[in-house]
Amino acid sequence: MPLTIGVPKETADGEKRVATVPEVVEKLKKLGFAVLVEAGAGEAATVSDDAYRAAGAEVVDGAAALWSASDIIFKVRGPSLEEVALLREGSTLVSFIWPAQNPELLQQLADRKVTVLAIDALPRMLSRAQKMDALTSQAGVAGYRAVVEAANAFDRFFNGQITAAGKVQPAKVFIAGAGVAGLAAIGTAASLGAIVRANDTRAEVADQVVSLGGEFVKVDYEEEGSGGGGYAKVMSEGFQQAQRAMYAKQAREVDIIITTALIPGKPAPKLITAEMVQSMKAGSVIVDMAAEQGGNCELTEPGRVVVKHGVTIIGYTDLVSRLAKQSSTLYATNLFRLSEELCKTKDGLIDVNMDDEAIRGLTVIKEGEITWPPPAPKVSAAPAKPAAAKAAPTAAKSHGHGGVSEPSSIKKAAVVFGVAALFFGLIGAGAPPTFLAHFTVFVLACFIGYMVVWNVKPALHTPLMSVTNAISSIIAIGALVQIAPPVDGLNLDRPDGWIRVLAILAMILATVNMFGGFAVTQRMLAMFRK
Amino acid sequence: MSQSLATVSYIGATILFILCLGGLSNQETARRGNLYGMVGMGIAVLATVFGPQVSSSAYAWIIAAMLIGANIGLYAARTVQMTQMPELVALMHSMVGLAAMFVGFANYIDPAASAHLSGAEHSIHDVEIYVGILIGAVTFSGSIVAFGKLSGKISGNPLILPARQGLNLLGLLVVVFCGWLFLHTDSTSAGVMYLIVMTIVALAFGVHMVMAIGGADMPVVVSMLNSYSGWAAAATGFMLSNDLLIVTGALVGSSGAILSYIMCAAMNRHFLSVISGGFGTSGGTPAAGDGQPAGEVQPILAQETAELLLDAKNVIIIPGYGMAVAQAQHTVYEITRLLRDKGVNVRFGIHPVAGRMPGHMNVLLAEAKVPYDIVLEMDELNEDFPKTDVAMVIGANDIVNPGAQDDPNSPIAGMPVLEAWKAATSIVMKRSMASGYAGVDNPLFYKDNNRMLFGDAKKMLDEVLVAMKA
Repeated sequence: MPLTIGVPKETADGEKRVATVPEVVEKLKKLGFAVLVEAGAGEAATVSDDAYRAAGAEVVDGAAALWSASDIIFKVRGPSLEEVALLREGSTLVSFIWPAQNPELLQQLADRKVTVLAIDALPRMLSRAQKMDALTSQAGVAGYRAVVEAANAFDRFFNGQITAAGKVQPAKVFIAGAGVAGLAAIGTAASLGAIVRANDTRAEVADQVVSLGGEFVKVDYEEEGSGGGGYAKVMSEGFQQAQRAMYAKQAREVDIIITTALIPGKPAPKLITAEMVQSMKAGSVIVDMAAEQGGNCELTEPGRVVVKHGVTIIGYTDLVSRLAKQSSTLYATNLFRLSEELCKTKDGLIDVNMDDEAIRGLTVIKEGEITWPPPAPKVSAAPAKPAAAKAAPTAAKSHGHGGVSEPSSIKKAAVVFGVAALFFGLIGAGAPPTFLAHFTVFVLACFIGYMVVWNVKPALHTPLMSVTNAISSIIAIGALVQIAPPVDGLNLDRPDGWIRVLAILAMILATVNMFGGFAVTQRMLAMFRK
Repeated sequence: MSQSLATVSYIGATILFILCLGGLSNQETARRGNLYGMVGMGIAVLATVFGPQVSSSAYAWIIAAMLIGANIGLYAARTVQMTQMPELVALMHSMVGLAAMFVGFANYIDPAASAHLSGAEHSIHDVEIYVGILIGAVTFSGSIVAFGKLSGKISGNPLILPARQGLNLLGLLVVVFCGWLFLHTDSTSAGVMYLIVMTIVALAFGVHMVMAIGGADMPVVVSMLNSYSGWAAAATGFMLSNDLLIVTGALVGSSGAILSYIMCAAMNRHFLSVISGGFGTSGGTPAAGDGQPAGEVQPILAQETAELLLDAKNVIIIPGYGMAVAQAQHTVYEITRLLRDKGVNVRFGIHPVAGRMPGHMNVLLAEAKVPYDIVLEMDELNEDFPKTDVAMVIGANDIVNPGAQDDPNSPIAGMPVLEAWKAATSIVMKRSMASGYAGVDNPLFYKDNNRMLFGDAKKMLDEVLVAMKA
């Protein structure tokens, strides 16, 4: 029997998201599931119950009714104590759980004998899993919203303008941490016309920063900060000093700072000190996206907007909920992709396949047994890079045709010249002068052919071949001189008929080639146009 | 016309031929180059016909032969489909080969040709005849087989006979032995016998050589045969003591050889290993275990493809033989034009060995009126893939195989490839999941950012076009 997916109304304070949207309901139904939605679940994200009904979902009143009728629960936030109590034995829960930070919750869920897929525990470096990566989709929304909040609090244009009323300098935005949220913020700020700078302890993201229109600011210190799993790690003291100096300098120069620095399972690093805030221009804005984990700025007050030393410090912890429709749609799509993986048979039944690396990582409780943490992931993308870089020069080598540069090829050239000298020596010793005259012409012509053809554009290889083919019908000359040569007095017994037949046949073949070759070349060349 | 005047005309023709090849190196001058070639050929033929070596009694024969040949040639040139160019060129090579054979035989049985020669000169003349017929025969039969393979009349798979190197060696010994007998016989009829035996061996050798070469190496073979037809003409030139034939033959021969070399370099393979053939059978089993591409392919529909293309800013289209087979180049152009009108930067990435002859794709795209300045070589745009939103692969396989770069066990390891997988999304159009000519599985298909659009290229592209216009 097909399973029922239940989507309750979120109960956490200020949470406006919902775990599915009508468009995704349709797709889930195509996978064979029945979908139940709690009345009013989508209200905060401006999705009406009627819209869910129109998409084929059943809307039920009250959390209790929904939880008891559902085999699978799709949620955004981890369940509250009351919600844990509502979970039916043997059912499956999919939501954010943060198992490392919430061991008690994990234990309570395990006691309910359920299966729990923590969407935040997805192995992110597994490229196949990216379509299910809700952390990424939500962080992208948050990064966008952070810029919008900053623009709202900032009292100038983002883009530089030259107007009749004078020139406006573009805003300078500094983004600390170029993870998904940081990158989304970079792209958004750059598209508004600001000058965007960004920094991250992971040097490999520099290219991504540049690709989105930002400028990567380096810390003047050598250390690799990739901590595995796509997160940064804690850096050494020397590095932190250099980093502080860089941040202090940026604080003096820029108008807007957006911080996104998080270290998993630890309080957010304090990157922006009170002095740095003081050094900023009046009217500047700081958006602290790490406010929930304590904030990257010393003066941040989580959940609130404060003005200190003339600087607006935004510490909202609900940036994602402030764009609830968008984030809900993305989250719902992530869960749909997950459902596809769980239900490959499209019959409305799920299979939590623990041999699948992505599913294994997600599953934190399997039928009442805690399976978190998963075994260490096998691959990380970063170490593969040097190999790729190594491959490039070998590929480049083959381009330089003609240029003999390697020392080993000198030896080879010597051998070639030696053989050629021997060959020419033999010819010179035995051949009569008339032959040598022809031979000279032949060798020189080979070289001319080599020089002339070497630079032909690859695009013209086919026309070149057909024209050389046409030219090789010069063999017609050989046939011509044999059809009926003038009788030169030598009274020889010449099999005229045979020769003529052969020569005429050769002539016909060569002429086919001659006319056909040139005509087809002309036809081809006529097609090449700018 | 005196001998001197004929010789001077020959020099003029030679210069025109060199200018012709030189002109072909650039699109701007290519058409003029072709014109030089035609004028050169006209001068050469006229100078010969009115020169001292042809008596007036031959004129009727010559005009008749030329009329027949010209009509056939022009008819073929007019009616050939651009996708059939490789076949046509291969067929034409075979004619040069056959003509060289005929001229060789005719020259041998003509006592006037060697009457004034003696001693070493006579021997050399015999060697020239022998070699000329040999090359002509190999060119002829090799080109016929290449024509059969290219037009699908013969299977494209390499045919490897047991003890094939032994057979080749045996053939070589027979040829050398016959040559020795040929040089030391005084009787013309015995000489003709030896020539015929040698010709049969050479024909068999040509068939055997090309049969053993896999479809993926066809571009190399076509240009190699092009080279052979040149050498055949040069050998005939030696035989007839005609410098014009020698020069022209050498020009064609060396240019064909260089093209073959460029093709081989593009595949990162040694010329000899291509000639020795068998590619696609020996290394056809990709390394099991780690090297095996894992995962499953993600199919996509024409509708979604259209959306992806319309949303993109940068698109690179990578055509392959599949596009030629499906005759999809015109639809490709329609899509290109639509996208360019919407401001999408569309470019074409051409791999040096895409298709079945060098430059094959360029000709097809040119036929479809794709402007040549957006048709780029692999080296020109390979670095741009990371900045590309959609890379669309149409009927190509091995030339976009990432295994060539990261799997040292792959049979095509080290071959430069178009890095389609670095684009944000790649779309591969294929008829099925069959592997390419190299017989290698393609990890690109299993990449997470790759989508497969299954179906006939023309049909699917038509659907994409309709979806884009909607």
